[in-house]
Amino acid sequence: MSFLEALPIALLGALFGLDVVSFPQAMISRPIVAATAAGAFIGNPPGGLLIGVVLEMIALDTLPFGASRYPEWGSAGVVGGALFAAQPSGMPGALPSCLLAALLTASISGWSMVMLRRMIARRLARTRDQLEAGSRDALLSLHLSGMSLDLLRGALVTIVAMAVFAPLVKAIVAVWGSESAASHAVVVVIAAIVAGGALWKVFHSVRHVLWFFAAGLLVWSALLMTR
Amino acid sequence: MTTVSPARDLPPRVKLAMYFRLFALQGSWNYETLNGTGVGFAMEPALRLLPGGLNGQQYRAALARESRYFNTHPYLAGVAVGALARAELDGVEASRIERFRTALAGPLGSVGDRLVWASWLPFCSLVAIGVFGAGGSALAVVGTFLLLYNAGHFLLRAWGLRIGLSRGLNVASALGNPVLRQGPDYIGRAAALVGGIALPLALQRIVGPGRALVGGIIAAAFVGIVLLALLRERAEGWRIALGVLAVFVLYSVLT
Repeated sequence: MSFLEALPIALLGALFGLDVVSFPQAMISRPIVAATAAGAFIGNPPGGLLIGVVLEMIALDTLPFGASRYPEWGSAGVVGGALFAAQPSGMPGALPSCLLAALLTASISGWSMVMLRRMIARRLARTRDQLEAGSRDALLSLHLSGMSLDLLRGALVTIVAMAVFAPLVKAIVAVWGSESAASHAVVVVIAAIVAGGALWKVFHSVRHVLWFFAAGLLVWSALLMTR
Repeated sequence: MTTVSPARDLPPRVKLAMYFRLFALQGSWNYETLNGTGVGFAMEPALRLLPGGLNGQQYRAALARESRYFNTHPYLAGVAVGALARAELDGVEASRIERFRTALAGPLGSVGDRLVWASWLPFCSLVAIGVFGAGGSALAVVGTFLLLYNAGHFLLRAWGLRIGLSRGLNVASALGNPVLRQGPDYIGRAAALVGGIALPLALQRIVGPGRALVGGIIAAAFVGIVLLALLRERAEGWRIALGVLAVFVLYSVLT
């Protein structure tokens, strides 16, 4: 993928990365949306959706509580969706390797958010006197520069991730040794375990929650028999 | 005390400006003031109505005060922004406003975290995963998620600002709203029900039709979920996923 080809993807990563915290937090940054949008951009929406759903199941494990550190799924979803949607269909190594690339991107991008927050704090320290004097200009400048830097952060993470992972994924897919069914099964088991564990972590204190989950499984079983 | 326009009569364009600015509340989020500068940013259009306007001493003092440390859930920040804006415009003394700010931040944060991040978001994700499992197209899955999630999101922000502006410093009672108090429990149960249907449906679709591995996958997933549930807070599932996947990719490349 050339720099010019990666540029629109980087823009997408910037917009979805911005949504995570800065603006507008409408959850277009969730991987199920970001990866699907990236897949659609490449011309393969179902491909983007598939990896987006897997990433979404894994993302259920991380809730964006205030000052906690968490992976950044917006840019990572774009990277995962764009990489997977660009692979030829039927390649057994495509899903696991693209998923790995997306998870690594999410981790690195989460770290970049911490760096950005520290950078904004340093800028805040430099303008503290003006802010304490009630300067509108200082407040607007701090706020708008924070958002602009976040936009830039998302773009940089996406373009670097695409530059590193696009050739790497291509090489991995070319030499992949595991068979197709097993490759998909490993990904599915990982996603199911993380999603199930996340649901328990989030909802275990809700009364009768296991009964409701069991009722859901019963409905699924009934659906399975009627299909 | 100087008479100012009561906040309940704020011009619609000011309310609208505050509402839209709430979406950018965390634009300058940092480890010093958390979303304090964002609260000042969102409230700023209302503060212009203070006597003297943009260049007035009251405006500057209020903007400085409202841009200090504050921590709340971004979706419920409208409650604080509205209530504090009304207090400033009603000429409430500064020390009382500061005490109110301190008292309001914690409850708003915990209520919002529980209602939105730990209930509404996972519920909407599971519904979208369910639409995928049921064979929905990319547009149907993404559209369902965004419409459902943001119906709650946009309404919650609007409700917060409205209740804050109308009740001012008496806004604490609004936190006893049944949706805020009991909502997470109801949504949690609904999410568990939807999860029981959606997760296996989605896994089936990913694996594909006619695969013989489904039984093995379900058994392995069940064992893994029980193990992860036992570990609870001590393990981050996504990190485990990253590690296991890295080992599997390495194995598949080397064999």
